[in-house]
Amino acid sequence: MKEGTSFIDNLGRIYGIYTGTFIGFVILLAILEQLGVPNKVIGYLFVFLTIGVYALIGWLSRTAQISEYYVAGRRVPAFFNGMATGADWMSAASFISMAGGLYLQGYDGLAYVLGWTGGYVLVATLLAPYLRKFGQFTVPDFLGVRYGGNVARFAGVIVLFSASFTYVVAQVFGVGIITSRFLGISFELSVFVGLLGILVCSMLGGMRAVTWTQVAQYIILIIAYLTPVVWLSTKKYGIPIPELTYGQALQQIAEIEPKLGILKGHMAAFADAKGQFSWDRFANFFALIFCLMIGTASLPHILMRYFTTPNVRDARISVGWSIFFIFLLYFTAPAYAAFAKLEVYTNVIGKPIAGLPEWVKNWQAVGGLLTIKDANNDGILQLSELIINQDIIVLSTPEIAGLPYVVSGLVAAGGLAAALSTADGLLLAIANALSHDVYYKMIDPKASTIRRLTVSRVLLVGVAIVAAATAGTRPAGIIQMVAWAFSLAAGGLFAPLVLGIWWKRTTNTGAVVGMLSGFAVTLFYLVMTRYYPAEFEAMFGTKLWFGILNISAATFGLPVAFVVTWALSLVTEAPSKEMQEFVDSIRRPKGAVAWSKDAVHE
Amino acid sequence: MSDISSDKMNAYWGETSRLMWIVMLMWVVFSFGVHAFAIQLNNIVILGFPLGFYMAAQGSLIAFVVICFWNAKAQNAIDEKYGVAED
Repeated sequence: MKEGTSFIDNLGRIYGIYTGTFIGFVILLAILEQLGVPNKVIGYLFVFLTIGVYALIGWLSRTAQISEYYVAGRRVPAFFNGMATGADWMSAASFISMAGGLYLQGYDGLAYVLGWTGGYVLVATLLAPYLRKFGQFTVPDFLGVRYGGNVARFAGVIVLFSASFTYVVAQVFGVGIITSRFLGISFELSVFVGLLGILVCSMLGGMRAVTWTQVAQYIILIIAYLTPVVWLSTKKYGIPIPELTYGQALQQIAEIEPKLGILKGHMAAFADAKGQFSWDRFANFFALIFCLMIGTASLPHILMRYFTTPNVRDARISVGWSIFFIFLLYFTAPAYAAFAKLEVYTNVIGKPIAGLPEWVKNWQAVGGLLTIKDANNDGILQLSELIINQDIIVLSTPEIAGLPYVVSGLVAAGGLAAALSTADGLLLAIANALSHDVYYKMIDPKASTIRRLTVSRVLLVGVAIVAAATAGTRPAGIIQMVAWAFSLAAGGLFAPLVLGIWWKRTTNTGAVVGMLSGFAVTLFYLVMTRYYPAEFEAMFGTKLWFGILNISAATFGLPVAFVVTWALSLVTEAPSKEMQEFVDSIRRPKGAVAWSKDAVHE
Repeated sequence: MSDISSDKMNAYWGETSRLMWIVMLMWVVFSFGVHAFAIQLNNIVILGFPLGFYMAAQGSLIAFVVICFWNAKAQNAIDEKYGVAED
């Protein structure tokens, strides 16, 4: 990864060779497995060799330049930035939990599939090109310059920190699940093994290292995600396109469901447990889509990826590539859910417990993820006697399909790549906000380059350790923590970012108060309904506002942010002419940014 | 900035805003509009897929990808028309 244009020019070739080598490596392991190398060794090889590759890229990408460290030198081509964003985006929640959510919830789970893709339309039109033109280092940078300095900057850092930290805890948690399953070590220890993997990628090279490892991680995660399900589709239906063939699985599921006494069908939309239409489900489905999409367009670790393209035009195309690479995984996830469900309905339920398939027994051994309780002591497994955790659907599909263990190892490596890449991006976003926005911009603007980078690295390690310690306490499920992060970001950041670009009249006071009130309402709803439900009910006479669950808390925070910003902006003095010229200059791709004179920038 | 007159900038931004609203409308349709009719659409089954389920699992996603690339292309054309594209 030694400097310069030759690397950038040869990206296609380099990653082509890398992909070929990886596939060769998987085939080699498959051969070793056939020769009798034990599963445990295969698992170890997968985990440590892939982490080793990321570490190598991280080491080769080490840098002592500020713009390389924060924005990868702004030379990342649109296509590769799309891949890196894909890895940055798809986390343990997408890779491990989403298909499981679809398994358990059927149609209603598709809110995640929609919510985690459609937000890119907002990123593409409302934000990415303008933030690229603005061309500084972080999202709080924009807030600070547009809204008159450190108060707005610091408010932005608070929101960024809360959302990203919640999110990163969920990732480390995912890393813990995978490593403990495939290395056979305790969850608490696994979390710290994963942590090392995260730190070697990002510590020395910042954004540059994270970018090039994320591209490598995307390639591994997409191969890993598609392989078992393509195999399964070929085996079951003779066509290697699962996205096409799972329609048949859906039909088979629909036929079996009534026989098992299931009232709420897999494909029934907005149905309650009895299979009847429910307004509650309807409202929550759309509220969740809304919050996840707005959250997508507000999460700093995603937005900052578009700071790294060479120009505005590339930033726009890059969003297209991002959603394309994300789409490849997302439109496959429902196939996983359908195949797994069909397998459970046909080969697990109604079978003697003593003779269950091997994969069921393997997962019973990992604490609490799959439990079987023979409630009526008849030796036969009934539907209600099986509890499957949603986090194991993807990880167990290779075993379900009866594939060699090497595929399980591959999937584990993919899940690890997904969790590590997202954790990297998040940790970097947090560390950059603390080192660049808080330390450099607010505490010591005269700090030398070396000092700034040192502070950033120390903070990176510090935040990572705190995140791992938090994850070790198993605070909540992955998907839930991630959805909270989206709501927090959406409630706080979306209004000031979008209005800052699209409405010149937005004033400093309006934006700062709007941002903090949107964030506060979201946080209040989330914390109260989750941890103090009795107090919440005493206060408002209802358990939930309009029945909206707290994973969609931004449903309330976001409108508050917009209304407060709008109202206060109208009653405060309009932004200066200079500020309006600044907004004009980031609206058009050509020309320099018109910095107003009190804006500090580099 | 003097490299573009304020009239021209206003016209440029007017057209850009128009594109933005068109894209937002498509976003609303594929994020919410279609799925509000999921129950009715589910009565149509193609290749085993009930249409309501299909739209949420694949159809809207394909639309999002196309919209993003189309937006990039359309916005680029506007930039060039007004001479504000990067060199």
